[in-house]
Parts: sequence; C-alpha cells; structure tokens
Amino acid sequence: MIAKAQIKNDSWLHRFAVLTAVVTFFLLGVGGLVTSNEAGMSVPDWPTSYGYNMFALPIKFWHGGAFFEHTHRLLASCAGFLTTILAVWLWLKDSRKWIKWLGVTAFLLVVAQGVLGGLRVTMHMDSLGIFHGVLAQFFFFLTCTIALFTSRFWIEWSGGEKVSFVTHGLWALVLATTILIFTQLILGATMRHQHAGLAIHDFPLAYGKIWPDTSAEAVTRYNADRVEVIAVNPITAFQIELQMVHRIVALAIFILVAVAAWLSWKRLGGKNPLARLAAFWLALIVSQIALGAWTIWSNKAADVATLHVLVGALSLVTGALWCIIAFGRREGAANIAPAKTISGAFGVSPAMVVNK
Amino acid sequence: MFYSTTDWVVKKRALSILAIGMFTAWQASSAADIIGAITLQGTPPAEKEITPLMDNPDCAAMYNGKAPTTHFYVVGPNGEFADVVVSLKGVTGKSTGASAPPATLNQKGCLYSPQILAVQTGQNIIVKNSDTCVHNVHCTPAVAGNAEHNDVQMAGGPDLTYTFPQPEMFLRFKCDVHPWMFAWVSVFDSPYFSVSDKDGKFVIKNVPPGKYTIEADHRKLGAQTQDVEVADKDVTVNFTFAVK
Repeated sequence: MIAKAQIKNDSWLHRFAVLTAVVTFFLLGVGGLVTSNEAGMSVPDWPTSYGYNMFALPIKFWHGGAFFEHTHRLLASCAGFLTTILAVWLWLKDSRKWIKWLGVTAFLLVVAQGVLGGLRVTMHMDSLGIFHGVLAQFFFFLTCTIALFTSRFWIEWSGGEKVSFVTHGLWALVLATTILIFTQLILGATMRHQHAGLAIHDFPLAYGKIWPDTSAEAVTRYNADRVEVIAVNPITAFQIELQMVHRIVALAIFILVAVAAWLSWKRLGGKNPLARLAAFWLALIVSQIALGAWTIWSNKAADVATLHVLVGALSLVTGALWCIIAFGRREGAANIAPAKTISGAFGVSPAMVVNK
Repeated sequence: MFYSTTDWVVKKRALSILAIGMFTAWQASSAADIIGAITLQGTPPAEKEITPLMDNPDCAAMYNGKAPTTHFYVVGPNGEFADVVVSLKGVTGKSTGASAPPATLNQKGCLYSPQILAVQTGQNIIVKNSDTCVHNVHCTPAVAGNAEHNDVQMAGGPDLTYTFPQPEMFLRFKCDVHPWMFAWVSVFDSPYFSVSDKDGKFVIKNVPPGKYTIEADHRKLGAQTQDVEVADKDVTVNFTFAVK
C-alpha cells in the first residue's frame, strides 16, 4: 500500500502529466486544422521554416495555411519538451519501474512523431501523413494513461480493497469496441489524407440513395458536379466506399457503446466511476455522430471536421481508460475469490471480494 | 584539290544541318493547321465565390470587397467553351523540349493565371509571384518520372522554373498557404496541342500530313476523341460537350 504522504508528494507530477496530456490534445486539434485546411505542405522546409530557425520565423509569414502549419510545429515542440521533462521526472521520482519505462516510451514516441511529421513534409508523402495522424492518437492515449497512473484516484483504486464486479464479457465488449474505434480513426485518417474533400456530400443518404452508385460513369458525373473552392483531388469510387464503411462502423460503435453503457449503469449503479465513465463515453459517441453529420452538411468546414477528429480521440481514450481501470476488477482477476457470482454474457458480479 | 580532315568534318556537318533545315522547311510547308471550336450544351454547376480568399488581407486587398469566383466552366453566351485541352493522341517523341519558348504561370491576386496550361515535355514552365505575399509552389504530378516539387516563393522573389519529362494530363500546381490557388498543366510529348480560348476556339499549328486521333479534354467533363486526316490544307474539327 502506498503511503498518503507519498501520494501528496507526487501530486505535482500528476498535474504535470495532465498538462502534457492537455497540450497533446490541443496539438491534435491544431494538427487536425492543418489537414482540414489542406495546409500540411504550406511550409516546404523542415526543421527550418521558410529558411528561418523555426522559433524565429517573422510574424509576417504567419498567415493562411502557414499559420496552421507553423503553429502546429511550435506546439509540437512544446509537447515534445513537456514529454521529455515528464519522462525524466517519472524516471527519477516514481518508484514503479513499469511507469518509468512508460515515460521513456512516450519520449521515444514524441521524437518519432516529430520526425514523421517532418519527413511527411520533406518527402512529400501523404501515406506518412496517415501514419502521423494515427500515431498522434496513440500518443494522446499514452499521455492520458500516464496522467491516470500518476493520479490519486489510480493509486487508491489499485491499492485499495479490490472488489471485483466486472464480468469478462463486459470488459471484452468495451475492449473490442475500443479497438473498433481505433480502426475507425484509421479509416478517418485515411479519408482525410486523400485530400479529396467530401467523397459523399449528403447524409443520411449517399447521393440520394442508401448505397451510392460507384460505377465509373457515376463517379465522373459526381466529379463534374463538384465545384471545389480549394485544391482537392477528384473523388474516386474507393473514397466513396471508404466513407460508406466509415458510416457503417460508426453505427456499429454507437450500438456497442450504448450496450456497454446500459450494462454498466444497470449493474454498477450511477455512482460507480466505471458506470459514469461509460455514460460519458456514450455521450461522446452521440456527439461524434452528430459532428460527423455536421461535417458533411457544412461541406467539411475545417473547424467542424477538426472537432470531429478531437471527439474521436476522446472516444478512443475513454474506452481505453475504462478497460485499464476495470482490468483489476474483472471476475477472476488475481487474488480475487468470488463470494457470489451473477454473470451473464455481458453482466457484472456485484459481490466479488478480494482475498486479503 | 585536297581537304584536311577537319575541313571535311566541318563541311559534312554544314551539309547535314542544311539537309535537316530543308527537310523541316519542306515539312512545314506541307503541314497544315487543325482548327476548331468547342461548345458546351446545358447549364453547368454554378461557380462558387472564393470566400476564404477574402479572409486574407493580403489577397482581399485586390478585389474591392467582391470575392472572385471559381473558373471550372468558362462558357461564353453561346456556349463557347474555354479551357479545353486539345491534342493529337499518341504522338510522341516530337517534343522540342527546352528549345520551345517558356510557358508562364503567374500568381496574381492570390490566384493562378492561367488556370489551364499546356506545355511540351522538357519545356520550361516559369512561375512568377506578382503578389505582395509569400506563396508556396507545389506541383503534384501523378505520373512516374515527373517529380513533385514544393518551393517557397517570397513576394518579389525570383521566378521559379519547372520542367516535366513525362506526358501527363492535368498536372496540378497549388499553393498550400492559400489552398484555393491551383492551376492544371497538361504535358505532351509533341508540340501538337492547344487550349481553347474564351471564344471556344483552338488551333493546332503545323501538323504534318497523316491520320490522327484528336482528343479534347476538359478537367471536369472528361475526354472526347475524333479521327482526323491532315493533308496540305487546314482541317476543321469541332467538339460539343454536354452537361448532364
């Protein structure tokens, strides 16, 4: 059991970890704005900016796409700096060996992410942009886990009396849904990095149908009808199908999260942190679907599309944190002997007590 | 009379050049122009105002509060259809390359002018920045062998020059600082191409006699082809595009 005094001493470390996660969240947002505004290549050189030291670029150049791209670079440098400090702090002050290495992993990831972003610019590789976007989501998740593991909540939760109340079924449901959300984020990143604008301009129908015509003739007609204000690529049948898959997966995620939230709330009660987290998760998913629709209705307005990216990131992290928090509360977890089990496919066991 | 080896080589070269010149002159004299007009039937989608341009003070200053519009369908009152690229299909290896006069793309008022351009493989494309703000010139070819470039061009900075060795239709030039700025350059491996003007007219000059397939290509409406035979007189070929 960890002493209260030690928890107090570590509270600044936790605050710093939260700060790193918050800055990473904003960094995700600015990165989203870069892609939403088609500004990723507006500063052709890296690590310099227009030949200047990145930190000394005159303000007169901060306009248009360069404003988003350069701000993204500066904020990324800030996030990298914070992550470095966090890793060193964890290494020096935290007694848990595994969290020291988690800090090191975060440091290596942020360096890799910075280099990836730079190479995406200098090598003109859109495919690297997809990887850069997905890795950003994973890095945000990592900073959130560090914030969780350094929190008083986690130390008390993991060190206190362990009452097991989550069935394997429910835990597996949330894990599978989280993985599906991650897959959905990869789909979304792939769509965004096609640089083709909206592949389907209407919702809930698609070109006026439940499933759109993707024949070559139809796609030619769609492109002829499009009047794009910004320089986007012509759409293809693949991109239309990709958006349809994105819609279907969104529906599947909504159903799965609704089931998980309902089961958590019903079995754990409204005061249980896991039930509340699941309810928050459902609220996020509903918001995310609304934002997805708004993205289409607004003809992919940059700010709306970026909000869609951010809520997607929060949805991923919420599901992942739920799995982590519930991991030690699963039926049959180490050192736990069930006193009474009420289990169903996705049910929970309210009275499983730790053997101490 | 004896000639030295050097004299003989010089005379041989002079004769060769004379022969090539005479052949070219003969070919030009027997060549003809393909002329024609492009017409659009139907009502195209309405062009949109480029409103993001007006959010940028550097760019908006040139438009007196009235945003310019997109120019995908440049159509005259009687359907005269501009910006259609017309070329002889399958004619390769005839490019005059860097010896052709350079083509120019100008960035003015935070727009590319012209928006549709055609050049030969190896021909120089000069990109100017006539604006008071920085642009990045980003060309994004899709054909292997044509390299992607992304260069910053300061206000009043020197011109940038690009060439592309491979034929490619509608190779995009764009500015990512101002993402509404784009132009499309078609690259041909011969000098036999033209872009229809505001009256819908085009001329492909000095086409050697022979049978050809002529292609008219609009970036939005796709391509049409016709067979044409060129002898020693000008030939007229017209195309009609339709908006469905």
